[in-house]
Amino acid sequence: MVGVEETKSVKYKSKKRSENIKKILTIVVLTAFALIILFPLVWMISTALKSDEELFKGFHLIPEAWKWSNFPKAWQAVPFTRYTLNTLFITILCMIGTILSSSLVAFGFSKMNFKGKRIIFPIVLATMMIPGSVTMIPTYILFARLHWVGSYLPLIVPAFFGSAFYIFLLRQFMMGIPNDYLEAAKIEGANDLKIYATIILPLVRPALISVAIFEFNAKWNDFLGPLLYITKDKMYTLQFGLRSFQSAHGTEWQLFMAASIIVLIPVVIIFFCLQRYFIEGVSMSGIK
Amino acid sequence: MQSFKGKPKEFVTFKKSINGYLFILPWVIGFLAFTAYPMLFSLYTSFTDYNITSKQDWLGLKNYTSIFTTDRYFRIALGNTLYYVLFTVPLVIIFALILASLLNTKVKGIGIFRTIYYLPSVMSGVAVTLLWMWIFDPSGGLINGILHLFGIQGPGWFQDPNWSKPALIIMRIWSIGGSMILILAALQDVPISLYEAAELDGAVGFRKYWHITLPMISPTILFVAITTIIGAFQVFDTAFIASNGKGGPQNSTLFYVFYLYNKAFKDLKMGYASALAWILFFIILAITMVQLFISNRWVHYEGGDK
Repeated sequence: MVGVEETKSVKYKSKKRSENIKKILTIVVLTAFALIILFPLVWMISTALKSDEELFKGFHLIPEAWKWSNFPKAWQAVPFTRYTLNTLFITILCMIGTILSSSLVAFGFSKMNFKGKRIIFPIVLATMMIPGSVTMIPTYILFARLHWVGSYLPLIVPAFFGSAFYIFLLRQFMMGIPNDYLEAAKIEGANDLKIYATIILPLVRPALISVAIFEFNAKWNDFLGPLLYITKDKMYTLQFGLRSFQSAHGTEWQLFMAASIIVLIPVVIIFFCLQRYFIEGVSMSGIK
Repeated sequence: MQSFKGKPKEFVTFKKSINGYLFILPWVIGFLAFTAYPMLFSLYTSFTDYNITSKQDWLGLKNYTSIFTTDRYFRIALGNTLYYVLFTVPLVIIFALILASLLNTKVKGIGIFRTIYYLPSVMSGVAVTLLWMWIFDPSGGLINGILHLFGIQGPGWFQDPNWSKPALIIMRIWSIGGSMILILAALQDVPISLYEAAELDGAVGFRKYWHITLPMISPTILFVAITTIIGAFQVFDTAFIASNGKGGPQNSTLFYVFYLYNKAFKDLKMGYASALAWILFFIILAITMVQLFISNRWVHYEGGDK
């Protein structure tokens, strides 16, 4: 250890310098990773603006001629407007359903006293660990027997019965609300439902927004659900529209990329506007 | 449980409980209809021969024995899945740890980096798989294009049975944002006083990381490991889209859930597919149990002797 021999001021200076070097190195590495992560997206945009002939002309990022027309062309190649409306319909209903049901259940588990709570809540957590592939087949059979296959019902109805992950997330938030607030309202004569609606819901708004955007993403990007339950072309979601587009148009990558960008844009915009809620939501989902 | 901290334990009668039950009723109904009943029905179905329209004929253990003794595709699918899990899980954890540690520094504009690193995680589905299929395109794609600049002839990726799984693994690692954010949150919870104490003891750099940071965030790493393994065992969407629903080339992307899907919805062998599902369930359960068991040795819980 040489440092022991040094005087205090020299030691301080060298420490400061090494800290600066460390900072610069960190920024360099951070930037390198950022470029690697962003590159596929830059490539996607670049491809979407290229012409058909330019695609296989060797590696270059800047298109020779900017083909903005790829976007309307891709949009019209399959009925994307219809698919957007279908997807929005499913997504919005699921968001409403899951916010309502999950927050009611979370309120029950965080602020209500009832027999068996200590047994039931761990069951809620345990269901998060059950692989979806185990329940996939019997759930399909259930919906087939109800004659729901080929309709949107199997995609929407389950959202109205709460989801374990969202219940857990909202409960974590609700636990942080002091019981005094509720006691005060109770003394004034408010019943449980009123307390839930007028006190709890406004206070957990950030968590509700997290749940809303998680659910939006999940349903907007859902592939397996429509794959199992949607049988008619005109009921396709955007994800399915993209897939049928791909199988019908072979290797027109510039059009696929243009269509993919259109499908991804709402997700990206929501992320940029509400990223705080994404990050808080994910951070809260860890078991502490 | 923190909910009733400080309060005397009160006796809750059934009558007082009714309002609570009403609030959790949606979950109870959903649990019975979409989890409990399906699981019991699936367990029963796995011992039968059933194609939705037929009546269910009891087969006993026959589905299970033929899976283990004669089913070549079961072995292929399980092998592919284990390959995927074995590479994906450690890589996801290592990269999430690296990125989270980088993000846990105080430099200007760190929020921008966090946004960029998390961005891929919000994008999924067909659009992203299409993007990666194009990136991995052997002739016009990005990766082979870059390799070509260095005079390297890139592999066929999704067209080569040896490279299709690595391509899917790279795709997966691109979107590790969720795990990264969880680890970052844990890193930010490590009390600074611990580091200061360690510095007084002369610990620096990597030793500090190894002896303080890692133990303190080990519960989160365990959580990330368990959820990543469960997810990796069920890889389906990307493989299905990238191979156009075929699992090719040469069954190299025929993963477990993919095979299960084929058996159930292409061959309509619901009983057989249910048996496959239960085998997967027990594999995942066993691995999770083993992890929790081993974790006693390496996971550090604050304030507890567990």
